[in-house]
Amino acid sequence: MLNAVQAQTAPGAEVLSVKGVRQGFQKGSGELLVLDDVDLSLKDGEIVALLGRSGSGKSTLLRIIAGLIKPSAGDVIYRGEPVKGPADGVAMVFQTFALFPWLTVLQNVEAGLEALGVDPKESRKRALAAIDLIGLDGFESAYPRELSGGMRQRVGFARALVVDPTILLMDEPFSALDVLTAETLRTDMLDLWTEKRLPTKAVLLVTHNIEEAVFMADRILVFSSNPGRVAAEIKVPFPHPRNRLDPVFRQMVDEIYAKMTARPAPDSKGKIKGVEIGTWIPRVSTNIMAGLIETVAAAPYSGRADLPEIARNLQLEGDELFPAAEALQNLGFAEMREGDIHLTMPGRVFAEADTQQRKRMFSDHLLRSFPLAAHIRRVLDERPGHRAPRVRFEQELEDYLSDDAAEETIDTIINWGRYGEIFSYDDQAEMFSLENPEG
Amino acid sequence: MRGESFLFALTPRRGLLPNRWDLIAFPLIIGLLALTVIGGKQMSAPLAVLDAGAVTLDPANLPEYALRTTLRMLAALAASLVFTLVYGTLAAKSRRAELVLVPILDILQSVPVLSYISFTVVFFMALFPGQVAGAELAAIFAIFTSQAWNMTFSFYQSLRTVPHDLDEASRGFHFSAWQRFWRLEVPFAMPGLIWNMMMSMSGGWFFVVAVEAVTVGDTTITLPGIGAYLSKAIDARDLGAVGWTILAMTVVIILYDQLMFRPLVAWADKFRFEMTAAQAAPESWFLDMMRRARLVQKLGTPIAWLLHGFVRLRVPLPQGTKQLNTRRTLLSRIVDVVWYVVVAAGTIDIAWQIIDFVSAELGWSDLLEVLTLGFYTLIRVVILIVVATIVWVPIGVIVGLRPKLAERIQPLAQFLAAFPSNLLFPIAVVAILKYHLNPDIWLSPLIILGTQWYILFNVIAGASTYPNELREAAANFKIRGWQWWRQAMLPGIFPYYVTGAITASGGAWNASIVAEVVKWGDDTVTAHGLGAYITQTTTAADYPKIVLGVAVMSFFVIVFNRTVWRPLYAYAERRLRLD
Repeated sequence: MLNAVQAQTAPGAEVLSVKGVRQGFQKGSGELLVLDDVDLSLKDGEIVALLGRSGSGKSTLLRIIAGLIKPSAGDVIYRGEPVKGPADGVAMVFQTFALFPWLTVLQNVEAGLEALGVDPKESRKRALAAIDLIGLDGFESAYPRELSGGMRQRVGFARALVVDPTILLMDEPFSALDVLTAETLRTDMLDLWTEKRLPTKAVLLVTHNIEEAVFMADRILVFSSNPGRVAAEIKVPFPHPRNRLDPVFRQMVDEIYAKMTARPAPDSKGKIKGVEIGTWIPRVSTNIMAGLIETVAAAPYSGRADLPEIARNLQLEGDELFPAAEALQNLGFAEMREGDIHLTMPGRVFAEADTQQRKRMFSDHLLRSFPLAAHIRRVLDERPGHRAPRVRFEQELEDYLSDDAAEETIDTIINWGRYGEIFSYDDQAEMFSLENPEG
Repeated sequence: MRGESFLFALTPRRGLLPNRWDLIAFPLIIGLLALTVIGGKQMSAPLAVLDAGAVTLDPANLPEYALRTTLRMLAALAASLVFTLVYGTLAAKSRRAELVLVPILDILQSVPVLSYISFTVVFFMALFPGQVAGAELAAIFAIFTSQAWNMTFSFYQSLRTVPHDLDEASRGFHFSAWQRFWRLEVPFAMPGLIWNMMMSMSGGWFFVVAVEAVTVGDTTITLPGIGAYLSKAIDARDLGAVGWTILAMTVVIILYDQLMFRPLVAWADKFRFEMTAAQAAPESWFLDMMRRARLVQKLGTPIAWLLHGFVRLRVPLPQGTKQLNTRRTLLSRIVDVVWYVVVAAGTIDIAWQIIDFVSAELGWSDLLEVLTLGFYTLIRVVILIVVATIVWVPIGVIVGLRPKLAERIQPLAQFLAAFPSNLLFPIAVVAILKYHLNPDIWLSPLIILGTQWYILFNVIAGASTYPNELREAAANFKIRGWQWWRQAMLPGIFPYYVTGAITASGGAWNASIVAEVVKWGDDTVTAHGLGAYITQTTTAADYPKIVLGVAVMSFFVIVFNRTVWRPLYAYAERRLRLD
C-alpha cells in the first residue's frame, strides 16, 4: 500500500546496480557503440539524475534498466539477480506520458494493477488512493485528451506509483511541459518524496536540463556522448527544498555547464578529436546560430556570456543551446570555456556583417571545419555532371553512425550548405548539384 | 474523414514492383480458387435447382426480404471481424507468417469478388448438397470476401504502427499478451477498423444483391432477399417491382446508417489517438438516446461486466519478444530456410495443378482472346474514371468549400456510394432496348455508376478540411482561375482524390462483371469485355475458362494498381500532405 513505506532495506543499501553495460549495433565497419561500459548503482533513499545531451544514450540506458531493451553486454542487477525482461517493482514515467487515450484516468491508473492480476475491488481502492495522492481527484472519469499536459503527466505518475514500485524511472518527465507547470509538478513530486509518502526506494531521473538535475537529485551522473559513458559523478549536498537563486546552487549549475561544454581531452597521442567525416552533426538551424552570435555580441554581453544565463534569457533548453553553441565552436565563430561562450574574431565580424558577407563567411568556415561538407563539394566538383545522389553520402555515413543519426547529419549539412550556397539540393530527386536555382 | 486509415489498406509501404512473395501469392490464390471447383465437382452429384422458399413479387414481402438481406450482411461482417482479428494478428506477430500472409492479402483484395462467385457457390453447395444452408453460406462467404480484406489490412497496419511509448508502457506494466491485445492493440486499431467496416458495408450491398440470385451451370440459387426479388422482377419485366426494391434498399441503408454506423462511429471517437480534443466530435442521436435511457443502461451493466471480465481473463498466449535487441539463433535461421522451401514447393505444386487444369481444354488463342477482352474492359474503366474525375472534382471542391452545403451533400454522397447500383441496371437496359443504343458504349457508364460517389465524397472531405489560411493567402495574392486550381486547390485535395479514385476503380472492375451483361426479361444486352466473358462462362459452368478469366482480370487489376495508383498515392503521401 501507498503508506507502507520503505521497510526492508536500510537507507543507503544498494537496490539496483548496472555493471559493465554496453549497447551497440552491428555496422558494416564493426560495432557502433551507443553505451560503453556503464556502471552505476542506485541506493535506498536517493534520487539520481542521469544528465546528458540528446544522443548520449541515457534514455537507452533507462530502458535497459527497465528491462525493455536487452544490452549487448553487461548486466542490470536487481534484487540480486540480472534483469531479464520488464522487472517487478520497476515503474516508469514517460516523456510523452504514454497514456492510453481510450481509457479514463481511473482506467489508466488501474491498467497496471490489472496486469498484475490484482483483485478488482482492491485495485479500485489503490487506484483511487494514488489518484488522491497525486492530486487528481475529481478527474477520475476524464479521458486524457480532456486534460492539460500537467494533469496528463500526473496521471503518468499515479499510474507508476499505484503499483508500489521499488524503483521509479523517469524519462525526461517534465520536458514536454511548460516552465510553470513543470516546476509545480517537480515541487509536488519532491514534497511527496521528502515527506516519505511514496512507496519508492530510489528514483532515477533522465534529463538534459542541468538546473532540473541540481534541483531534484542527490547525485548527478553526467553522461558524455558518442558513445555514452558516465563522465562525472557529482553529489548534490543541499537539503530540500532547494532555492534556485542560492549562490551555491548557481555555482554548481555553472560548474556542470563547464563540465558539459569542456572540449574533449587530448587522446594518448596528444591529438584533440575534432570534427571528422563520420561525426554526428545534430540538427541546428542557421537562424539559431546567427541569433546566438548576435545576442552574445550585443550588450550586455559584448562578446562573452554565461551559458546558464543566456539559456534562461533566450528560453532555450540546454538541449537546444548546446548543439548551437557547439556548432559555432566547431565553425570557429565561438569558443566555450568554463561555462561561458566567447565570440572569436570571425564571430564578431559575422555579427556586424550583412547577409551576403555572412553567407560567404559561413561557407568558408563550413568548408574548412566540416570535412563532410568539403567532401560533398569535392565530389560534386569532380563529377562531370556536377550531380550526386544523397544515398551516396548517407551510405558512407552509415558506416560510422546509426541510420537515424546519418539521416540527421545529412539533413543538417544540406541545410547549412544551402545557407552557405556551397551546393544546392533537390529534395524530390534527392540529388546534390552545383546548379544555381535561378540558372 | 479518416481517409488515411483506408489508404493504409490499399498501400502498404512496399515497393512498386512485385516481389518474390507476390510470385507465390498470385498462383496460390488463383490455384486455391480453382481447386475448390475441382474438389467440389468431384464431391457433388448434379445439382438440381435450389429454390429456398419461393420469392414473390408482392411488395408486402419486401420488409422480410430486406431483413434477411441485412442479416446476411451482418453475418458476413461478423465473420470478417473475426477473420480480421485472427489473420491480422498472425501477420503482425509472426515474421514467418507475415511473409506469406501479407502478399496473399494484397492479391486477394485485387481479385474482383464477383469473378469467383461460381467457385464458392459450387464449393459450399458440395459441402451441403441440396440444402439451403449451403446456399446461404455461399452467399455469406461471397459477401465476406468483399468485406474482409481491407479491414484486415487496416488492422495489420495498425498493429505494426502501435506507438512506441504505449508499447513500452504496456510492457513495462507487465501486460499479458491477451491484455495487451484488448487494451492496447484493438483500441488503437479501432478507428481505422470502423472506417473500413463502413466502407466494406457500403460495398457489400452491391454484392449481396448480386449473390442472392446466381446461376452456375445447372444450379440456380435463389435466396429470399432484396436481390432475389430484383432478379424476379427483371424476369417478369416489372418496372414497378424494381421501383419497390429501390425504395426498400433506400430505407435499409438509411436505417443501418442511423442505427448502426453512426452510433458506432460516435462511440469509437474515444479511440482516436490524437491527444487534441476534436473540433466536431461525431454525434449520433441513437447513441445519445441509449446512453440516457436508464433501463438500457441497467441492462447494459452485466454485459459491460462480462466484457470487462473477458478482457481480464488470463489467457496464456505466447508473449512475443519480451525484450528488444535479442539476436536470432542459428536454429531459427535454419527453420526460416525450411519454411521458405515448404512455401515455395507448395506454391509450385498448386501452380502446376491450375496450369494443368486450364491447359487441358484451352489453348493460346483463348488466352489471347481473354487478354483482348481484358483490354476492352480496361479502356472502359480508365475512360470512366477520367470522366468521373472531370465531373466530380470541381463539384466536390465547390461543395466542400461551403461548409453548410457540404454538411447536406456529404451524407447524400455517402448514401449513393452505399446504394447498390445494380438495382438501377434494368432501367438502363430498358432505355438501351427502346432506343437501340450501342451496348459497348451505353452499358459502360453502369460500371462507374455506383463507385463514382467515392470520388465525390472524398473530394468534398478534402476540400472541407482545406486550411482556411491557404485560401485567404490565395485570395490575398490574387491567385485565381487555372492557377488557383493548379497551385492552390488540386494539390491540397489530391491525397483525398486518390483515396476516392482507388476505391472507385476497384469497384468498377467488380461492377464490370455484372454490368457488361444485363438482362431484362428474355432480352440480354451484352458488351464486349472481360466482365461479360466471366459472367457468360459462369452461366455455362465452363470452369477452365472461368479460371482463366479470373486470373487475367486479377492480373489486370494488380498491374493497374501497382503502376498507377500506388505511385500516385506514394507521391501524395510524400509531397502533398497538409499536416
